[in-house]
Amino acid sequence: MNLFEYIRPASLDEAVAAGSEPGAAYLAAGTNLLDLMKTGAARPARLVDVTRLPGLDRIELLADGGARIGAMVRNAELARDRGFARSYPAVAEALLSGASPQIRNAATLGGNLMQRTRCAYFFDPASNCGRRDPGAGCDARAGLNHAHAILGWSDACLATHPSDLCVALVALDASLEIVGPAGRRVIPLEELHRLPGDAPSRETALEAGELIVALRLPPEAAAVRAHSRYLKLRERTSFAFALVSAAAGLEIADGRIRRARLALGGVAAKPWRARAAEEALEGALAGPLAFAEAAALALADARPSGDNAYKIELARRLVLRALERAAAGTPERIPALPASVLADTGATAHA
Amino acid sequence: MPDTPLTGPGHVRLGSNSGQPLTRRDGFLKVTGAATFAADNRPAGLLHAVHAISTIARGRVRSLDVAAARAHPGVVEVITPANRPPLARDQDDKPTMFSWRVETLQDDRVRYAGQPIALVIAETLEAATEGAHLLAPGYAPEPARIGFEDGEAFEAETVGIGSPAAFVRGEVEAGLAGATVRVEFRVETPTQYHNAMEPHAIVAAWDGDRVTIDSPNQAIAMGQAAFAGFLGIPPENVTLRSPFIGGGFGSKAILSGPHVLAALAARMVGRPVKLVFRRDQMVGPVGHRGATRQRLRLGMDRDGHLTALDHEAVVMTSAFDDFLEPAANASQNIYATPALATRHGGVRVDLGTPGPMRAPGEASGSAALECAVDEAAVACGIDPLEFRLRNYAETDPATGRPYSSKALRECYAQGAERFGWAGRPLAPRRMRDGAGRLIGWGMGSALFPAPMFRAEARAVLRADGTALVETSAVDMGQGAWTALAQIAADGLGLPVERIEFRAGHSDHPDGGVAGGSGHTATAGSALFGAGADAVARLAELATGHPDSPLFGAGNAGVEARLGRLVHREDPGRHESYADILARAGIAELAGQAVGARDPAHARDRAMFSHGAVFAEVQVDPDLCQIRVSRLVGAFAAGRIINPHLARSQLNGGMIWGLSFALHEEALHDPRTGRSMNADLAGYHVPVNADVPSVEALLVHEDDPYVNPLGVKGVGEIGITGTVGAIANAVWHATGTRPRRFPIRIRDLLEA
Repeated sequence: MNLFEYIRPASLDEAVAAGSEPGAAYLAAGTNLLDLMKTGAARPARLVDVTRLPGLDRIELLADGGARIGAMVRNAELARDRGFARSYPAVAEALLSGASPQIRNAATLGGNLMQRTRCAYFFDPASNCGRRDPGAGCDARAGLNHAHAILGWSDACLATHPSDLCVALVALDASLEIVGPAGRRVIPLEELHRLPGDAPSRETALEAGELIVALRLPPEAAAVRAHSRYLKLRERTSFAFALVSAAAGLEIADGRIRRARLALGGVAAKPWRARAAEEALEGALAGPLAFAEAAALALADARPSGDNAYKIELARRLVLRALERAAAGTPERIPALPASVLADTGATAHA
Repeated sequence: MPDTPLTGPGHVRLGSNSGQPLTRRDGFLKVTGAATFAADNRPAGLLHAVHAISTIARGRVRSLDVAAARAHPGVVEVITPANRPPLARDQDDKPTMFSWRVETLQDDRVRYAGQPIALVIAETLEAATEGAHLLAPGYAPEPARIGFEDGEAFEAETVGIGSPAAFVRGEVEAGLAGATVRVEFRVETPTQYHNAMEPHAIVAAWDGDRVTIDSPNQAIAMGQAAFAGFLGIPPENVTLRSPFIGGGFGSKAILSGPHVLAALAARMVGRPVKLVFRRDQMVGPVGHRGATRQRLRLGMDRDGHLTALDHEAVVMTSAFDDFLEPAANASQNIYATPALATRHGGVRVDLGTPGPMRAPGEASGSAALECAVDEAAVACGIDPLEFRLRNYAETDPATGRPYSSKALRECYAQGAERFGWAGRPLAPRRMRDGAGRLIGWGMGSALFPAPMFRAEARAVLRADGTALVETSAVDMGQGAWTALAQIAADGLGLPVERIEFRAGHSDHPDGGVAGGSGHTATAGSALFGAGADAVARLAELATGHPDSPLFGAGNAGVEARLGRLVHREDPGRHESYADILARAGIAELAGQAVGARDPAHARDRAMFSHGAVFAEVQVDPDLCQIRVSRLVGAFAAGRIINPHLARSQLNGGMIWGLSFALHEEALHDPRTGRSMNADLAGYHVPVNADVPSVEALLVHEDDPYVNPLGVKGVGEIGITGTVGAIANAVWHATGTRPRRFPIRIRDLLEA
């Protein structure tokens, strides 16, 4: 690990000033960044620890029906907040399906939004990776890519974004409060992560020194709370990244879908909002025909980036299942195996 | 030294302490953090070493920026082939059957990715790590050969540790030709890494020409000799301490290059040196399970009796040394057949050399065999359990010898009963749960040899009525601190609380190898014998002294009970150990013994542990995610010393089997050979949610031949049977016969 400077600023202004220096990186819980530093994939010259900044650890349910969550709220804390989980059950389920209890206790909302791809070539400094080193090419292209992107990828990069949380949040039109050298701004979360195009190293919309300070959910996000699920397919029952995942939220009245929210994870370099599928669902009868059409539309543009054509069919089936489960109603309690297709959602769930 | 004098005067017997389900005697130390593992040692003046590893798989190191590394603050020394001090032993020599070629910076050659290419020693771990980074090696790479297709095939002569690569008994082709039903089954198993929780580590501290080494080691006397050989000092000048091991699984029985280099470096810089492997550094120099491609051919008559069994395995090894996973040998000793053949071929690739990994050969071979047997049962239209019973081997199919004991029938019966096997539909895709998930039931037979090696032990009766026992046995998590102490206490006729049990140190008598599922049998026999020897001497003292109430009883006329010698015919006459020693004026009375198998029994009998494993899986019919909802195993392994710990080992073995079936797979980039999942986020082992229900039944078995204790082993057998049982359950749920391990979602989706 390289020698680096560690700074623990007392205020947001100090943090942004320190974080704007070349080579600086913001450090939250470090559950991702420290791993990257240990392999040598990241070698920041300066770590700016933002975990102790005042005022970033609040969960606020707003009068207008929306919510505002500080960037340093821990994953476990947010998932277990009853008011939050009642309004945004798919977000809570996504949170609880990620990582392990130990990691969720440490990991922060802001850190989760900023986590990097788990592409093994990105993690391995000896591999060529244009996401890590601009212009270096992509060793995953002809390498081990069975879990790589099927949407929005380019020849320059096939990586996927690994977050569960972001998938549910993107589906619900979350936005971000960002503070940087030029002041404060708000952007839709959907615009935070960028598709690789020919510049995969430009991973997010953040400018140098910018720091996410809070996340906002609009009042409409709670409108789908009665029919919300996050489902995640993985090779192990828990503690694994998604092969594919899907967040689905429906508002249903008299059997007809009034509002639909749908996003996919593990399929692209960003959480993938399926707007065409949403449009097809809205106004349709909540049932197999509409769900099948929506699932097909969600994957209409998918194409394999390597040895991963199976993921397209798998994602289509998972979207279908997520819509079915959402239509069946949000479970009373989050299943003991959150987001698992093997979970029993009834009272008999395995503890 | 007497050989296993357990049949001598018979003062002592197993039973007071043995057989009790004691919890781990070292448990408190472990849960409070007081147990000192190797890397916990911090001798004064300690320096930290980090080895730089090659990022290419084949070629030469052309340059190392040693100046940059040396210039980094805190770096003390950089060792490369240019300045590595000489070794007393050539790293390519193989003085024992357990020696492998290791990398000790002998030259600039690179033979696998992850190979040590330099060692940086620094005041801090961080400085050493950065120093290794700053070496920025330049290479002259050559094309790497990584997979079966790119590797170089060769004819293997031996597999495993010196076993013949091929075996034939009877006429296999004729047996197949004459069969009514024939089945051919092919399957691939991946490269797997041991990934013990505790990484490999060493702390070496020199004092003149003596060195003290703290390092997790499964074979202390062998390790001591190996260090001495490399370092050019007598074995007695090496003190090797390994009181606790956080998992070994075979990878900690053999020294690797970095171990040797760390000890060498400590001598070179004149200060203690600690080297702890990073997890990614455990891919390469410390062994792994080599990948296999297996083909089985089975022929059956109209009643489902085997007419021939043919098992072929092509297995990977490194480009520069041989360890061939003896997978096909798993078919030699379990099913009755008039014609039996097993053989192996090798493929050389540019990976590190494989080595023994928990159930080497048995794990991957049993996985293939049990799937093939399931397919054979299906082809015959016979229930898989009934098929196995029809082909039950009353004598060892490979040698024709009788088994020393074999309660496999009882294992089948008890396991099936507990699992509820009866009424299982023969056809696949016939069972669903309330949520519509496919349910499948599968089974497999478990088999593992019951070997015995050689160990020595010492027991000392002390004036206060307590005793000290010593052997360099090793607890790598399996519970040796407890089970061996129970045996030792019985050997001494004392309650276990009154013995001081010392193990895990090279000053102790040679405790042999903690491996091959033979440690309890071997070290236990030595410990029991040593205690019995001490008690026999004590009996001489008592029965020969006119002041003793036991005078005249004759040496055979007394027996040991809870610290007293008691007259066999007149139990009212007895005397405590302390009183006997006090009268004789003896402070300490020592006994010793060697544990080893009776050669006549070893020659005449086939010795194995047996078992039957039953698995239930749930499979999502559309999304193909698999979960093993139940595992039940019934095992017969001779006398069980500690049922609590034995069950833990068997449960752990079955979970390992689950891991083999559904999770573990090392990924190496096909071009560079570099590991692409050298961490536990990428290299999956089961988490608790993957193992909702696992149960091991202990089936009673008496074995008068295997050793005087009647102990077999439980360390590895749980893996065998389980892998096949799960794969067969997946078939039963889905109708898809897995053709590779681990079984992935895509394998079922694309089927």
